[in-house]
Order: sequence, then C-alpha cells, then structure tokens
Amino acid sequence: MIVLGLYALIFVASYFLVKMVVRRATTDYASLKTVTFGDESAVVPNRIASVVSILTIFLLWAAFTGSSLVPSVLHAPGPFIGTASFDYTAQLSDGSLDDATVTVVVTRAGDDPVMPEVAPGDGFAKNDVDEIGAWRSGLIRVKRNDEVPEGMEETVVAVDGQPLVPGGSVYLDFGRVGMSPKGTLNFEPAKGWQMEPIWLPSPEAVAARFMDIARDGYRGSALWEHLGYSLFRVVVGFLFGALLGIPLGYAMGLSDWFRGWFDPIVEFMRPVPPLALIPLVIIWAGIGETGKIILLFLAALWIMAIAARSGVSGVKISKVHAAYSLGASKAQIMRHVIIPNSLPEIFTGARVAMGVCWGTVVAAELVAAEKGAGMMIMVASKFQLTDIVIMGIILIGVIGFGIDMLMRWAERVLVPWKGKG
Amino acid sequence: MAGLTIENLSMRFELPNGSSVQALQDVSLDLAQGELLSVLGPSGCGKTTLLNIVAGFLAPTEGRITLNGHRVSGPDAERGMVFQQGALFEWMNVRENVSFGPRMAGKRERDYGANVDHLLDVVGLQDFKEKSVYELSGGMQQRVALARCLANDPDVILMDEPLGALDALTREKMQSLVLKLWKETGKTIILITHSVEEALLLGERLLVMAPRPGRIHREYRLPFAEMGVETDLRQVKKHPEFAQRREEILSMIWDMEEEIMGRTEVAS
Repeated sequence: MIVLGLYALIFVASYFLVKMVVRRATTDYASLKTVTFGDESAVVPNRIASVVSILTIFLLWAAFTGSSLVPSVLHAPGPFIGTASFDYTAQLSDGSLDDATVTVVVTRAGDDPVMPEVAPGDGFAKNDVDEIGAWRSGLIRVKRNDEVPEGMEETVVAVDGQPLVPGGSVYLDFGRVGMSPKGTLNFEPAKGWQMEPIWLPSPEAVAARFMDIARDGYRGSALWEHLGYSLFRVVVGFLFGALLGIPLGYAMGLSDWFRGWFDPIVEFMRPVPPLALIPLVIIWAGIGETGKIILLFLAALWIMAIAARSGVSGVKISKVHAAYSLGASKAQIMRHVIIPNSLPEIFTGARVAMGVCWGTVVAAELVAAEKGAGMMIMVASKFQLTDIVIMGIILIGVIGFGIDMLMRWAERVLVPWKGKG
Repeated sequence: MAGLTIENLSMRFELPNGSSVQALQDVSLDLAQGELLSVLGPSGCGKTTLLNIVAGFLAPTEGRITLNGHRVSGPDAERGMVFQQGALFEWMNVRENVSFGPRMAGKRERDYGANVDHLLDVVGLQDFKEKSVYELSGGMQQRVALARCLANDPDVILMDEPLGALDALTREKMQSLVLKLWKETGKTIILITHSVEEALLLGERLLVMAPRPGRIHREYRLPFAEMGVETDLRQVKKHPEFAQRREEILSMIWDMEEEIMGRTEVAS
C-alpha cells in the first residue's frame, strides 16, 4: 500500500513538475484540440513520462531494497542492524525482584556477529548476550544463566519497565519483545520497510548475478545457450508453423472444399491455449527438442492459417476485377494480386504468432527442459534464488520486446503498403 | 460489325431468402466504335449491374452482348475498366501499375515502355512514376487508373463512377482529361455517374435508367461532349440548352425517386 501510494505520488508530482518545466512545444495542432477523447491518434505518448516512469520503478526498487545505486537518504527505513539491549525484570515465587540486561547483536545474513563481553552482574538474574539475524526472530532464554534457588520458580514480569504477560508484547525502539504462552522471551528486531533480499534483491545484486551467469553460465550451460535454445525453438517452431499454415490458409481462402474441411479443425484448435497441449505433447514426444518444436509449431500453425485465410478473403473485389479486365490469368492474379494483398495480414499474424510462441516456449521450459530461459528461472525459484528469477524475467521480457520490434521493422520494410489500401 | 451491341439483356438475382430481384429488364443498346455513352439513374436502377455484365464479371440471365462481332463471355483485356477507387495495386509503383496489362500479356519492356511513358505524360504523372500509389492524391490515383486502362489498349473502356470520390475542382479537371483522352484515342467509352452535370458533359449519348426493374427510361444525343473537347467546360455549362437539359433530367430522376419512396411507404 505504501509503495502504491508513493508510486501515485510520484506520478502526480512528476506530471506537474514536468508540465511546469516544459512549457515549450504546446502550440501544435493536437494540443489545440480541447477534446481528444476517442481520437486515439491525437494522443501521442509523452516521452518524458516514459522516462520518468522507468526511473520511478528503479527508484522504488532501489529504495525498498537498500540499494547502493541511490543515496541512502532515499532509502526506505531499513531493518535494525547493530546491538540492541533491554532490561528485564524477573520475579521469584517468593516475590523478590531483580533486573538484568539482555544484549542482542543483530546482523545481516552472512555477516559474523561480534559478541560483546558482558559482565554477569549481580542479583539472581544475570545479564545475557544473544544474536539474531535481521528480518528474523528468535527465542532468548534469559533464565538460562539465572541463579534460581532450589524450589523456586522464576518468571519474567516486565521488559524495560513495561509489564509483560505470557502471550503479550512490548514494543521497543529496535524491535518487539514478546513472551510465549510458556513464559519464554522472544525478540524480533524491527524489520523496517525494506524488502529482504530473498524476496526482492536489489538492482545491483540482480546485475551482479547477471554478470556472474553471463561469465560462468548456469546449470552447466552458458547464458547465451539458455536464451539461444529458447529462441531456436521459437524460430524453428514458428517457421514450420508458417510453412504449413500459410499454404493452408491460402487453400482455405480459395477453395470451398478446403474451407469446409479445415474450418472445424482450425476453429476448434485456435481457441485451445497452446499451454493446454503441453501434457499431451510431453506424452507423445517427450520433453526433448522435438516435443517443444511440435508444441510451438501447433501454436503458430492456426494463427498463420487464419491470417493467410483472412488475407486472401480480404482482397477487394475491385482489385481482382481490375486485374481480370487488364487480361491477367488466374495464376497471374494469384501471384500479382492476391498474394501481395495478403502479405500485410500475414505479417500481422506472424507478429502475433511470434509473441505466442515466445510465451509458450517459456511456459514449456518451466514444465520440463534441460536448457532454456524458462528452465533457468524455474530451477532458480526452487532454490529461492530470487535474483536469478528476476534477471530471467527481465531477459525474457527484453527478448520478447526485441522480437516484436524486429517483426515491426520487417513489416515496415517488406510491406510498406500495409493499411494504405 | 464493329462496336458494342447489347440485346434484350435481363438480370435477375436470386436472394438467399427465396425471393428475387429483377436488376435489369430487356435492355438493348447499340454503341458504335468511338462513341461516348454516359449512364445516369437513381440508385438501384441497375447501372453498375449493366457495367459488370458488359465487363464480363456477371453472366446475364437472358440476352447477349456482342463486341466487334463476337459474343462476350467473361472478362477480357478488350474491355478495360476504371473503378471509383481502391482498385490500384499498392504493392506496385505508379509505372508498374500502368504497365500491368502489357506485363501480364507477356510483353517486354522495350515493346511497351515507350507507350507507358507516353501515357504517363498524357495524364501528367511522368514525375511521379516511381512513387507508390498510396502516396498520391485521389485525383492522381484516378489518373493512374485511366493510364493503366489505356496502356492495355482496350476496345471499350468501362468507367464505374470514376470521379465520384473526387473534390469538385479535381473532378472538373478530370472531366476535361476524360474528354481529351476520348477524342485522342477514339475509344468506345461507357461511363456511369451519379451526377447529372457530369453525365451531360461526358455523354455524346446519355442513357437515363429507371429502377425496379432496371430499364432504359430515356435516351439523349447531346452536343456537349464535342463542345467540351474544344472549349472550357465552364463555358459549356453556360450553354442555354445545357441548363434546360439538366433541369429536365433532374426532375425526371426526382419523379422516379419519389415514386420509389411512395411505393416503399405503401408497402411498409
């Protein structure tokens, strides 16, 4: 909730800040429109907002993980680290009271605690020393070293002067001291607002892990091998899908028999999510490359067939008539009119299919794989290696985005007439 | 015999719900080589159906069409067509569009190149021949369509509201161009239009059709096309007979429309 609130605050604040600073370039035609609702083309993305948005995500990420990338002023309050001490008051069954001090050293996981020497003090309650990791809690057996006379019971009745009963808690500056129903003290150092690295590692930890894996590989394969295998499967599966799907779509667009024959199959298979086919493909083809490529082939096939079909059916009849009355034969119309006319639709289908294939391959690798981007994050998650998981997600996102950009670029270069008909 | 003959043409469309529509009934027409015919009528009178049958895209229910002595069946390069818009090939540049017909006929660049360049000159698109057609304005696109049709050297040119989507000024320029091309090439042209003025200007002969069933209502022979070849079209429009004909035809079409509207109201 706090993070969401901060996010909204930055959103609003940066809007006013940027609008105040950037007073220029607000006199173009679009800005003169008072109503731009429903006219999507009138709204162009404000690139400053995009940059601020990305920076905000990283800022929040860094602030709530205590990252060294941002000055510590911006950090959210961290967990309590250091030496905490509190007094407890113990009572014997005859009513006599005594105070003693507990010193607790709180360290980050992995750091060696340096335990201070503490004099036992006087009275029957002796001073104690203990250590606890940040974000953890632990029992503190203060009665362990106390000298309780034979036949007497010792109970802790207060901490730092505040009375404490079994099941209750006392809140101190550096954390919470609680008492179990059986009367044992436990101490939970203040957690602060930062995330523990095992839940959310800091950006630099993810970057460092990326460097590590880029250098040494992960699970016996180099990073590029993991990603390359995923990409390879996508490309091969997609190519097979397109190779069969496009002619199938053309046949369905041109022949009523083909249309009738394949319509039920295509219309049934298209809404089946490729992920639902994973179990069957594993049963039939195993978890190796063949199975994955069959799965991706199936994911791409229907999309490409439907794209090619609608590309053919979408040809304006006047174009075909014009070609006929210019003396073109059926084969010439196919080659010079229908195929070029269907290319924009096919490219749109290819973009969708590549996206679907990329999603499907990652999911298939999550289920079972020797190598691959999905396998990498799945295995890492089993060992709670959150940094690898986050790194993997970022890489998967970047590659998916890259594929889409590449397809758009190819579309611009190869079918510049798209949407101009 | 040379020229286009349409004999007792009827077209009936069977609708999926079992009823049928008589789009054309008993249309007969003789068109000599080099005549310019404009066809006018309220919507639903079968003008476009007539043109599609002549082009060979539709087979008539009854009747026959003869061109230069042989019967028309199916589309052919001898009958070129210019559409209202959207019939150019966007994946080809202007010159490739214009040379489409000769290329499909298997001719080589050295055979058709000079003619294509000449036609591009005639329609004033020599400087745009390497451009993509979607980069051109609507008027320029229609000039490409005209040149593409002429490059194929058809005997008859069929125009289905070729200027319908253009603005008034461009339209007037294009009307002059059509007249100029008609006079220069001596082609037989059938032009369908919604505009009475355009029909008068671009019709050596003018056919007014009536709807339900589509039939020929009235035919005129007009001097304005010949006038328009030599003089400014605006001068032609000032001619007293022009104004008189326009009023006459307009009220004729108005009457037809009113009759349709009245009939629909009674029916419903």
